[in-house]
Amino acid sequence: MTRQEQGRPLVGRSVPRREDRRLVSGRGRFVDDIALPGMLHAQFVRSTVAHGEIVSVDLSAVRRVPGVVAAFTADDLAIADITAQLGRPRSQFVPTAMPVLARDKVRYVGEPLAIVVGLDAYAAEDGLEAAHVEYAPLPPVLGEETALAEDAVLVHAEAARNTLVDVSLFATEGIDDIFDAAHRVVEVDVTTGRQNALPLETRGAVAHWDDREEQLLLQTCTQVPHQVRTVASRCLRLDERAVRVVVPDMGGGFGQKCVVGREEIAAAAAALRIGRPVKWIEDRKDALSASFLAREQHYRARAAFDADGRILALDADVVCDMGAYSCYPFTAGIEPLMASAEMPGVYKVPAYRVRGRAITTNKAPTAPYRGVSRPQYVMVVERLFERAARELGLDPVEIRRRNVITDFPYTGVNNITYDPGSYLESLNLCERAVRDEGWYDTRTAAAAEGRHIGIGYACFSERTGYGSSAFAQRKMQVVPGFDISEVRMDTSGAVTVTTGTMSHGQSHETTMAQIVADTLGLDIARVRLHQGDTDRVTYGWGTFASRSITVGGSAVRLAAERLGDKLRAIAAALWDTEPEQVELADGHVRRRGGDGARDVLTHQEIADVAYLRADLLPKDIEPGLTATATFDVFNDGTFSNATHGVVVELHQDTGQVEILRYVCVEDCGVAIHPQVVEGQCRGGIAQGIAGALYEEVTYDAVGEPSATSFMDYKVPTAHEIPDVSIHHLETPCAFTATGAKGAGEGGTIGAPAAVLNAVNDALRPTGTELDHTPITPQTVHRALNPEPVP
Amino acid sequence: MTDDTFTTPREPQLIALNVNGEQHEVITEARRTLVDVLRHELRLTGTHVGCEHGICGACTVLVDDRPVRACLMFAAQAEGARIRTVESLADGSRLSDLQRAFSEHHALQCGFCTPGFLMLAEGFLAERPEATKEEIREVVAANMCRCTGYQTIVEAIDACATARRRACAQACHSKEN
Ligand code: FES
Ligand code: FES
Repeated sequence: MTRQEQGRPLVGRSVPRREDRRLVSGRGRFVDDIALPGMLHAQFVRSTVAHGEIVSVDLSAVRRVPGVVAAFTADDLAIADITAQLGRPRSQFVPTAMPVLARDKVRYVGEPLAIVVGLDAYAAEDGLEAAHVEYAPLPPVLGEETALAEDAVLVHAEAARNTLVDVSLFATEGIDDIFDAAHRVVEVDVTTGRQNALPLETRGAVAHWDDREEQLLLQTCTQVPHQVRTVASRCLRLDERAVRVVVPDMGGGFGQKCVVGREEIAAAAAALRIGRPVKWIEDRKDALSASFLAREQHYRARAAFDADGRILALDADVVCDMGAYSCYPFTAGIEPLMASAEMPGVYKVPAYRVRGRAITTNKAPTAPYRGVSRPQYVMVVERLFERAARELGLDPVEIRRRNVITDFPYTGVNNITYDPGSYLESLNLCERAVRDEGWYDTRTAAAAEGRHIGIGYACFSERTGYGSSAFAQRKMQVVPGFDISEVRMDTSGAVTVTTGTMSHGQSHETTMAQIVADTLGLDIARVRLHQGDTDRVTYGWGTFASRSITVGGSAVRLAAERLGDKLRAIAAALWDTEPEQVELADGHVRRRGGDGARDVLTHQEIADVAYLRADLLPKDIEPGLTATATFDVFNDGTFSNATHGVVVELHQDTGQVEILRYVCVEDCGVAIHPQVVEGQCRGGIAQGIAGALYEEVTYDAVGEPSATSFMDYKVPTAHEIPDVSIHHLETPCAFTATGAKGAGEGGTIGAPAAVLNAVNDALRPTGTELDHTPITPQTVHRALNPEPVP
Repeated sequence: MTDDTFTTPREPQLIALNVNGEQHEVITEARRTLVDVLRHELRLTGTHVGCEHGICGACTVLVDDRPVRACLMFAAQAEGARIRTVESLADGSRLSDLQRAFSEHHALQCGFCTPGFLMLAEGFLAERPEATKEEIREVVAANMCRCTGYQTIVEAIDACATARRRACAQACHSKEN
């Protein structure tokens, strides 16, 4: 179905994905598929200790290994450091530099110390073994307690008590009195494990200097090509023009690739030094232990309720273990600031106090990971409601019903204005779906047989479409937000559209083309998207925070509308009529009301005039057919929302948590491509379940990470991930150009809370409540089989 | 490495590989894996690498019709066998029914795992055309996908198997008549 059925818009339909043909044929071009003449291969000498002064790095033996071409330390390459900044006072934020190769100190096992370049990857790896690094070890800082101790060893000398961020964004006056007077106060102490976003394709880059263009060409799998360009140009002291970042097909990212990696910069530096192309492909061990991780957080939270179960106040202290460095451009503030700003979520919380901290430890650094803090704070808030329901003898869905925001726009205690959503509707629909399928009866029947079945929900919203103002509020000094799109029609009437976003599985080649094809009345096959090339795309902030369709898609729509205006103006001039009398539809340009052959032109005929017969254009119309538009969001963004309902069974003998049913009711406004939205939901839920039940990177007493292969980092497969039944609601966004809200992260956000609530529901007879994810079989087994009291 | 022919892993050797019906001769170090030789010597880059330790299945190819992890096998061990990669599935520009089913069911997002799942399914369905959806799910559990949540992969393979059975039944039926 490439040609639109007459008159039916493409937006809202699951048209075939433009990406698929090459990807199912093995003809995608991923970074490791690139081969350049004379290309060399790099690997990194990495720290084997978690914390220590570097006494010496001796690469002389490395350079003698057969097949090794060169090896460089930080001193050899003299690359400038990467420093992410927040515009906050020192009491709230301590900037720390991340050297591209460790210089004086190492701060985690796996930190890159030197780059080894060989004729092939095997030779480079041989070289690593010959490296000799001497350390003066320091005691590792491996957790909140050690990090925050009065006399703590410091990971960064400038960060006292290992605190990089300490902000108290909200503190409603009189909140303590509210807690004192409340009918009921409930508390939770929730911790979440350190997780890896784990794109199946590890990170990687190919860099070389192009003499003809006088440019460094850095082909790298990144979600943020322009930000990589900026950092590369600064670290390597080149004009930004002299760096071109091109992104090949990407095998996922989920946030791990939305920060600038040290290795991609080091590979570029080595390529410049050697004068030959250098490829770096991260191996899985490094990807698991030494790339960017996420999600290790601790919440001490309490909530006050009245006797009817209405929430009166929320008070939380959040500590995020951000590991060894602040990531660029987001900084270590990414997790605590997100949690602090948005925790009240879908509920009418009248009073709110929060303190958010980022601590630095001797663990691999962190990057935003799909959902960023929202999986955790949603879990915390949902736990508070579940606990309150129990203590007040209310139904857990009913207590939520009494508290969700129903009148929009709603300005919360966190100073955020929520645009219309379907919070209550999604909650009701989800519960009804679970009830209608008989799961409540099943639970009762199972309990009678001594089986442990539980039902859990998570009701939440997700801010998407963050504009410049929202990021500026976080006090980022590099402020993402807007997006620019250019739409260009050639003389054949075919269209090229650019976006500053960067698809890595989200199907932008399809969805952006749907938007353009509809706007210009063009066959979708004639629209081609360009993304991920800093020379082709004017500027962009890449893909993260569910911004692509909301912000990028809006820019695309606006640019296409402008081009449409020009097409109409030219046609109107040719017909000697008004532009309003011209319509673009079904692959044609038509004069309204006319039905003769002379009332219809093709796009190509207009394009011909615009380029090849400029003499026919009226004086006020410039030749050529290009249009550019910028889109930014000046309010608080748009909120997608969802309710997830989960039914689990706990197995007495093994402690296994089996998911029997998963229902998701989601609302992301206008779905450009429903199948893609469902794909995002299911994939997100799978990652949320992974965090809830399976995945965690732990560290031993000396800071050695547990996860070095897929044997010790349990990624769920089709065995563990259930089918998900999805229901759609549609509350269109009023200010994005398509009515769409973001859909990329919701699945991941809801799943941990819903699963944890379901597990706790199943554990109800035991009196145990769990507050840590991942929920391991051991914990469940212990809860179900308590030691007999002697 | 248990095979004692690999005592000098860096020694280049000449090996002959039959890939997608074509015969290739490659000079390569004995220690090079099949997936590396396919990708980097023969430039058949459709087969991907997600772990190099036999768990993720991104490198799955068919060796004598059986799905095999090409990262766990040395290229030299595949001499004399028939190797099939994802590049062999389409007939020119015509995608196979299995490839089309993956696209129709949105069984791929980033597409990095896809060649592995396609070859896994290609091998499995050839051996068990009557596979039930549950059996398909079992097999799909052999590989990892980080994007889709697996449901649509199972559905795509199941739909392809069902359609093949239907076509086969029709063919048999019309033969009988
Ligand atoms: S690359 Fe072979 S199984 Fe992962
Ligand atoms: S589609 Fe991305 S890993 Fe499967």
